[in-house]
Amino acid sequence: MSLASLKRQGRELGTLGGLLALGLLLTALTPHFLTVSNLLNVMEQTSINAVIAVGMTFVILSGGIDLSVGSLVALSGVVMASALHAGAPIPVALLAGLLTGAFCGLVNGSLVTLGRLPPFIATLGMMSVARGAALLFTDGRPVSGFDASFRSLATGRVLLVPVPVLITLAVYAVAHLVLTRTRFGRYVYAIGGNEEASRLSGVPVRFHKTMVYALSGLVSGLAAAVLTARLNSAQPIAGMMYELDAIAATVIGGTSLLGGQGRVSGTLIGALIMGVLRNGLNLLGISSFLQQVVIGLVIVGAVLFDSLLKTGERR
Amino acid sequence: MRGIRKSFPGVVALDGVSLEVRAGEVHVLLGENGAGKSTLMKILSGALAKDDGEILLGGEPVSIPGPREAHERGIRIIYQELNLVPHLSVAENIALGREPGRLGWVDRRAQDHEARQRLGRLGVEIDPRAPVGELGVARQQMVEVAKALEGEPRIIVMDEPTSALTTTEIHELFATIERLTARGVAVVYISHRMEEVTRIGHRVTVLRDGRHVTTRAISEVTVAELVKLMAGREVTEHFPRRRTPPGEEVLRAEGLSRAGVLHDVSFTLRRGEVLGVAGLMGAGRTELARVLAGADRPDAGRVLVQGRPLAARGPKDAIERGLALLPEDRKTQGLVLGLSVRANVALPSLPRLAKLGVVDEAGESELAQRQTDDLRIRTTGLAQLVGQLSGGNQQKVVLGKWLAADVDVLLMDEPTRGIDVAAKVEIYELMNRLTAQGKAILMISSELPEVLGMSDRILVLARGRVAAELQARGATQEQVLAAALGQAS
Ligand SMILES: Nc1ncnc2c1ncn2[C@@H]1O[C@H](COP(=O)(O)OP(=O)(O)OP(=O)(O)O)[C@@H](O)[C@H]1O
Ligand SMILES: [Mg+2]
Repeated sequence: MSLASLKRQGRELGTLGGLLALGLLLTALTPHFLTVSNLLNVMEQTSINAVIAVGMTFVILSGGIDLSVGSLVALSGVVMASALHAGAPIPVALLAGLLTGAFCGLVNGSLVTLGRLPPFIATLGMMSVARGAALLFTDGRPVSGFDASFRSLATGRVLLVPVPVLITLAVYAVAHLVLTRTRFGRYVYAIGGNEEASRLSGVPVRFHKTMVYALSGLVSGLAAAVLTARLNSAQPIAGMMYELDAIAATVIGGTSLLGGQGRVSGTLIGALIMGVLRNGLNLLGISSFLQQVVIGLVIVGAVLFDSLLKTGERR
Repeated sequence: MRGIRKSFPGVVALDGVSLEVRAGEVHVLLGENGAGKSTLMKILSGALAKDDGEILLGGEPVSIPGPREAHERGIRIIYQELNLVPHLSVAENIALGREPGRLGWVDRRAQDHEARQRLGRLGVEIDPRAPVGELGVARQQMVEVAKALEGEPRIIVMDEPTSALTTTEIHELFATIERLTARGVAVVYISHRMEEVTRIGHRVTVLRDGRHVTTRAISEVTVAELVKLMAGREVTEHFPRRRTPPGEEVLRAEGLSRAGVLHDVSFTLRRGEVLGVAGLMGAGRTELARVLAGADRPDAGRVLVQGRPLAARGPKDAIERGLALLPEDRKTQGLVLGLSVRANVALPSLPRLAKLGVVDEAGESELAQRQTDDLRIRTTGLAQLVGQLSGGNQQKVVLGKWLAADVDVLLMDEPTRGIDVAAKVEIYELMNRLTAQGKAILMISSELPEVLGMSDRILVLARGRVAAELQARGATQEQVLAAALGQAS
């Protein structure tokens, strides 16, 4: 094992250590934290952010950013819900929702690659357009009430484990394989690390960059399905600020905002840290105002720790 | 290639250039900085689109819309500037764009195996799993070479491949080139080092100002003629060192050590002196310069500037005490590529140019203009972005930046890398002027003739230690090399 991969492992162990320390602290502070039902609850609540953050990790690894994911959750959700209300079978409705997300992602990607827009701008535009579309589509009203079979996407359990948790684990397993074992994953890292070198090496840069945004849109659609099933309602104002949670999970997990460096396993830990923190602060009865302050400090603290580690290496 | 034309905003880089390369030959492409050599080769490799002209391969006109198509037609290129992905491993970089494996999966074992083999054939030992960004420039360059040797190449273009290499790797590279040409591969070789040109070249083409000047057999021309053809005027090609009697001591290193790279390095440098630093790749030369410039911190030992210890908290302290570093990798350490020539030259002089935080633009322009004139930097104007200059001209901007800053000690890491012959002589003259003014120069160089020709004293490093300190007058290449290899001389 090379020195660098040791360092990388070290960084990840550090994040994992942070998660465990947080868990221990909460166990000491409140008896309600370390119970099976609460832990499952945390994982379930984390699953939506975690799924979105996978797409965000791909985008950030490729050197971009996706601000539209929250709005895409809302738009995909209302499309899916409306399809169900119109009598479409569940698989068809699901597909409609997923494709809505993927299509919007494809538009994001095309704006970035063909239109040469900065990712920040392209996805900022999509954030507003998709939100507006969701509101127009539903006249601003939620679409609620579904069959139990659809709701089982969120409420179902397989051997005690909630379905959303299974979905999350499956998504992470696939994403991990794609990033470490496939050509697609390799190119995501290569493009984020040095786009020009990748182009000159014959890497189809535009195609892969476009696909990364489409993927981000696709998993936003998946998150929308879980959210809609859980709330038994699709709301056009759902998913506000989700992009920030996803970015936070990604960077807490050690992915560099400059692209080219990071792993999805880190992102999963990052999402769990966010989830456990929220849950713990709620259990402790801390006001939501103070919660925001604490979460902000944790995000900055995690990245600060990382950057101090790096400066330490250079000196 | 026939009648190739290419313009960039404000410059005609190629004005109807033709080039004919035969199978099995080493075709040398010569020309001053900015003559259009790299541009011509980027068109061949699909990195740039041509405005006009045609490319024929084996007599057939072909279109090369992108790097992938060029690769499929057997065209390989090692670009002048390193083109690697720093966070990917050596093996991943070598395989980039052509990963082994099926159905989109990457066969990592095959990839590592292939990388190890190709590096082995080049005679370099590099761990295929190491991230490329952790290697020094010379090793990165060898990774580039290994990457270009993929499959069955027909034409390999090497754009100044040796500028970052030292003697041993150059030797391996030349052996590789001979093996390739024996197999009928055509090699296009770009270099500013004339001794290499005569050593490995068969034919030579000279470009000047984007035009084809001549194509000849190497055996028919002399180096002096070639230099004259490139410059379009007479140039005296040697080392015009005029020694000045050294003055007081300005820089002293005492027992500098840094884990793994430097061990107990001591030396002194006096006003008016040029101290050459020689050594093989990995000998600690660049590391020494970085420690002196405050870019890295020593574990032990100290640096004294004019007798007073330097509190090396960072480059800023060193600059304030009159020390300047010209780093070896201009692209990442020496320049801000997205800023203009003017802004780059003026950057370290801003404290002097600004009044109450507002930059005096006229003063800035004057300063930059003087340097571009002095160094004959070829630009479309001071506002041109440094990233758009030819490689050699970028190097001159780095030089100009520190000359404008008016420092006492210049730490030059490979100062003439990628610079054409005429400009080299200009830089040597400049070094003479500077030392005559009482400035001191520490010059790291892998070109032994340059070290011997331009230094007063030579410090030879081997594995981070001072292996020898020689008077340049009377020293021979063999002596320096023996010391660098760690043999007692
Ligand atoms: N991307 C670009 N934009 C604008 N001008 C460019 C660009 N690339 C090259 N040029 C200009 O084209 C001319 C030829 O440059 P080129 O890099 O081909 O020179 P070169 O012969 O390789 O020189 P060197 O020996 O310094 O590498 C130069 O005047 C350069 O400034
Ligand atoms: Mg060039």
